[in-house]
Amino acid sequence: MASWIDMTFILVVVVDLFLLASSRLGAAIRAVAFQGALLSLLTLLIASPAHDLAHVAIVAGGALAIKALFIPWLMFRAIREAAIRREMEPLIGYVPSLLLGGTGVALAFAFSRGLPLPTPETHSFLVPTALATVWTGLLLVVSRKKAVTQVLGFLVLENGVFVFGLLLTDFMPVMVEAGVLLDLLAAVFVMGIVMFHINREFSSLDTDALASLKD
Amino acid sequence: MTAALAIVGLALATGSGLFGPALRRRPALGQGLSCAALCAGAALGVAASARTLFGPGGFVLRHPWHEPYGSLALRLDPLSALFLVPVLSVPALSSIYGLAYWPQARLGWKAIRLQLFFGLVTGSMGLVILADNALLFLVGWELMAVAAFMLVRSEEDRPEALRAAWIYLAASHVGTFALFAFFCVAGSARGSFDFDAWRGMSAAGAGGAWLYGFLLVGFGVKAGLVPLHFWLPGAHAAAPSHVSAVMSGVLLKTGIYGLLRTTGFFEGPPSSFGMTLFALGALSGVLGVALALAQHDLKRLLAYHSVENIGIIAMGLGIALVGRSRGDGALVFLGFAGGALHVVNHALFKSLLFLGAGSVHHAAGTRDIERLGGLGKAMPITALLFLVGATAICGLPPLNGFVSEWLVVLGSLRGMSLPRGDRVAYLALGAPALAFIGGLAAACFAKVQGTVFLGQPRSEEATRVHESPSAMLLPMALLGAACLAIGLAPALVVEPLERAAAEWGGAAPGSLAGPAGSAAASAAWVSAVAVALLVAVGLLALLARGRPARPVPRSETWGCGYAFPTARMEYTGSSFAQILVEGFRSVLVPRVELSQPRGAFPRSARFATEVPDLVLDRAILPAVHACEGGARAVRSAFPGRIHLYAVLVLLALVALLAWRFIWW
Amino acid sequence: MALRALLQVGLLLLLPPLLPGVVNRVKATFAGRRGPPLLQSYYDLGKLLRKGAVYSRTTTWVFRAGPAVGLAAVFTAGLMLPVAGEPALVRFPGDFVLLAYLLALGRFFTALAALDTGSSFEGMGAAREVSFASLAEPALFLCFVVLARATGTLSLSGMLGPGLAHAWGDSAPALLLAAIALFVVALAENARIPVDDPNTHLELTMIHEVMVLDHSGPDLALILYGASMKLLLFGALLVRLTLGMPFRSLWGAEGLFVLGLLGFAVLVGATESVMARLRLTRVPQMLVGASVLSMFALVLLLR
Repeated sequence: MASWIDMTFILVVVVDLFLLASSRLGAAIRAVAFQGALLSLLTLLIASPAHDLAHVAIVAGGALAIKALFIPWLMFRAIREAAIRREMEPLIGYVPSLLLGGTGVALAFAFSRGLPLPTPETHSFLVPTALATVWTGLLLVVSRKKAVTQVLGFLVLENGVFVFGLLLTDFMPVMVEAGVLLDLLAAVFVMGIVMFHINREFSSLDTDALASLKD
Repeated sequence: MTAALAIVGLALATGSGLFGPALRRRPALGQGLSCAALCAGAALGVAASARTLFGPGGFVLRHPWHEPYGSLALRLDPLSALFLVPVLSVPALSSIYGLAYWPQARLGWKAIRLQLFFGLVTGSMGLVILADNALLFLVGWELMAVAAFMLVRSEEDRPEALRAAWIYLAASHVGTFALFAFFCVAGSARGSFDFDAWRGMSAAGAGGAWLYGFLLVGFGVKAGLVPLHFWLPGAHAAAPSHVSAVMSGVLLKTGIYGLLRTTGFFEGPPSSFGMTLFALGALSGVLGVALALAQHDLKRLLAYHSVENIGIIAMGLGIALVGRSRGDGALVFLGFAGGALHVVNHALFKSLLFLGAGSVHHAAGTRDIERLGGLGKAMPITALLFLVGATAICGLPPLNGFVSEWLVVLGSLRGMSLPRGDRVAYLALGAPALAFIGGLAAACFAKVQGTVFLGQPRSEEATRVHESPSAMLLPMALLGAACLAIGLAPALVVEPLERAAAEWGGAAPGSLAGPAGSAAASAAWVSAVAVALLVAVGLLALLARGRPARPVPRSETWGCGYAFPTARMEYTGSSFAQILVEGFRSVLVPRVELSQPRGAFPRSARFATEVPDLVLDRAILPAVHACEGGARAVRSAFPGRIHLYAVLVLLALVALLAWRFIWW
Repeated sequence: MALRALLQVGLLLLLPPLLPGVVNRVKATFAGRRGPPLLQSYYDLGKLLRKGAVYSRTTTWVFRAGPAVGLAAVFTAGLMLPVAGEPALVRFPGDFVLLAYLLALGRFFTALAALDTGSSFEGMGAAREVSFASLAEPALFLCFVVLARATGTLSLSGMLGPGLAHAWGDSAPALLLAAIALFVVALAENARIPVDDPNTHLELTMIHEVMVLDHSGPDLALILYGASMKLLLFGALLVRLTLGMPFRSLWGAEGLFVLGLLGFAVLVGATESVMARLRLTRVPQMLVGASVLSMFALVLLLR
């Protein structure tokens, strides 16, 4: 059992690394969807009998529905509607971002032992996985040009926060998690609207075009 | 006996250049005698070292000196003997090379002067290594720096040689300044300048960290650790090749020697010392080889490889330092043996390569590898010897470079058995780092060997080359043979390395016998595999020769259907390295100069890339220019009246006094 | 003892040409063709050895030395690899370094032989080969370090020996990541799709094949034989790593090992059939990715 949880955490990190190296938008969206499914699986795996089963089921189901199905569907739709080119267009090249991401992952795993935590760790890979995923999300937001990919980065970031949340499943009332998921949904909608407007104004989704709005 | 050998040897070497001015009417004889004296001196010194390395033959000589300075002390122990061997033998071989490369008969005073300072630099390096007193050490150190400065500016009619020489002198003195700081602090703390009194120095706390910082800067400049390497490529490229061989092969190593000697004084250094040195070494290794890949001046390229190899040496020493803080004999032995053996190895193959580069320059008159090519046909022996050096520097078996890199890898993996969470285990990252460095070095030397010696000549100069005279080939052959010998029989060098490591680590003689014994056993296997490799190659070659003789048709190279290939269509060195240089783009930032062809019948097009030095051209020179600009601005504010300057001096004095009175 | 040594060297010498045969057969099956016979590579080698060779006027002895050194280096490297279920003939702490550097030696001389022809195509191939190899090298070493850490030994026979089964129990995720990275390295080192296409006919897109364009006859035979032996080496590494080789009887272990190698060849063939060759600029990314994966595996073991 423990090794299955290990494997799932490691898969989450491997998806992070894949995202940094991926140049295809479609593949990246699918990877994020897969990561969402993994998180939902993790919620189930990590639950001990002491947990409230209904609570766990709601969180897992919500994650699966929103992270793995609904948002990816929305994004694919956005790509199709706005006729976005299917490449990632990185500001920092793939190899440097992969190296940065790899360094971040290595540091997270090597040094997360020393972090002071409010609750005892339920699993030794939990905190480093969360840190690594947040780091990947930030890297993606910073280093990719298109608005769609920034949404993607934001999703990964949120996935990291979600993993942190697993640390606190005992304390976190279901409402808070629902709130997080809703926040995310709202954010995606907002980004969608912004994307729509950028696209209409500049007929491209390059955020660099926004720089011409200055003065 | 040993003492007499060493001292007579050093004296002979130091004075060897005096034959030149004494016999300037008979230049060939003068230079020959100089060379003979240097060789004889080196032979004596090497004999003394051998007695120390393979038996109990060390010595300590003391002569009372003025009160505050301690005593005039010389000492030959296994550690200094290990360094003395290359420090004496490489200059001797280079001076044989110089007989044909810089003949006094043709160059006159220039060659005489070079010979003088050649002896002086050899003698002062020997003094640095034998000195057992801080002051004596510094005297030798400064003599060495100044003599090397004179050697770099041997070709003073070339402006870049002068520039490189001045940059070298300035950088060298920055380092010396840091050393002064170290020696002053250490001397006042221990109450003497004798090295004997410094053993067991505490390295704890901020004071220890400062001391170590001074050492890293002071000796790092001389050794060429990144980011203090900036003087090195220019100086090595500008000096005559046999001088470059000495500078790159052994002069840099005095920095390593100094670092070893002084860190040997520390009692239980914190493991951060070793880790820092290890990380700096890995950085130097990767950046050095990346910068080398991007060069197209043969000697500059080789100079950057010195940065790389110093990095490998520093990685080994870092491991050994960590071993001392952990009290782990195996870590000390493996790290030290890898680093110190790489010192010797690098002295051998790097001087071989620089001498080879000198032969190429001698024959073709250019060092730009894009203008060379196909030299292997006209100068086959030089090509073969250069290939030996190239294979050795890439760390490939069956040559010596492999042995030392292998020891460093073993040392870095020694932490594998430590419990989880121990930071020292992360030394293991040294193994992939070394593999990366080795892979890049192999790429770089495939480029060099390929564009210089293989294929077709790329320019007019490259077609009119000739094989070098035997005075130039002999030293190269000896160096190549030494590379092969260490590569084939590494077990032989384990014993001297163990003695030197025990001396440095302050361990009892014989306490490192365990790790040394197992390393020797593994080294025997390495030789077995190396021999098997040579046998297999030999068998395949015999097989090829033994086939029924068919007429072997000769034809053009297959050009994929194109029937008239010319030499201009060959792949150039820059194209060869392009993939990797592009990969390092964010670090190296190459300057690209491109004028694209225009129109249907373009007249001209041009494409040139150049990778300037990271530190010198990107940081130091801009800063210097900014300072200069500022000074110029200030100067233009003053009309140049003497009175005004006097007033300024007065004002400064008053301000100082006021400061002294108010805040002191 | 003598029997085992003989068996080991025999396997190393005789088996290699079978692997490309299997790979090609698998590719043919995927494409719906019948494909060449499984033993085709042996026939090819025999044919080439009987032929004469053509040498370009530009070349020197380096050109002829390339294939010989390349094959000799791969063979001596094979002596350190635990080829069947046995420990290797030559084993000592740090032998994996010698193995990797011997492979590098072979590559170095092959690249020099390519440059000796003065052909721009071969220069291009050599440049790609050495560049990609220098990126594959750290990944390979990281895999070895992971194995060293997991089993607590520094020789290949120990890393891939009896301790491995226990290591799989302890640190399966790390070993799995290392195995994936090693597979990527194996594809790159052996000039396989998605890194290089051994069957393409456009010289501009090739890596390994374009380097040996000018070699013919027996020289080409040595090169092809060396390449298949290298494939066997990497296959053996992967088979021993993934199967863990619970050796009871000599013949059982041999049989399992050979089956594992055939499985490796099938896997390579399948990978080649379902993937397209990557754009050359994407290759470094893949290799760096393999390094990052194995680095991650190492950190998992060290933390």
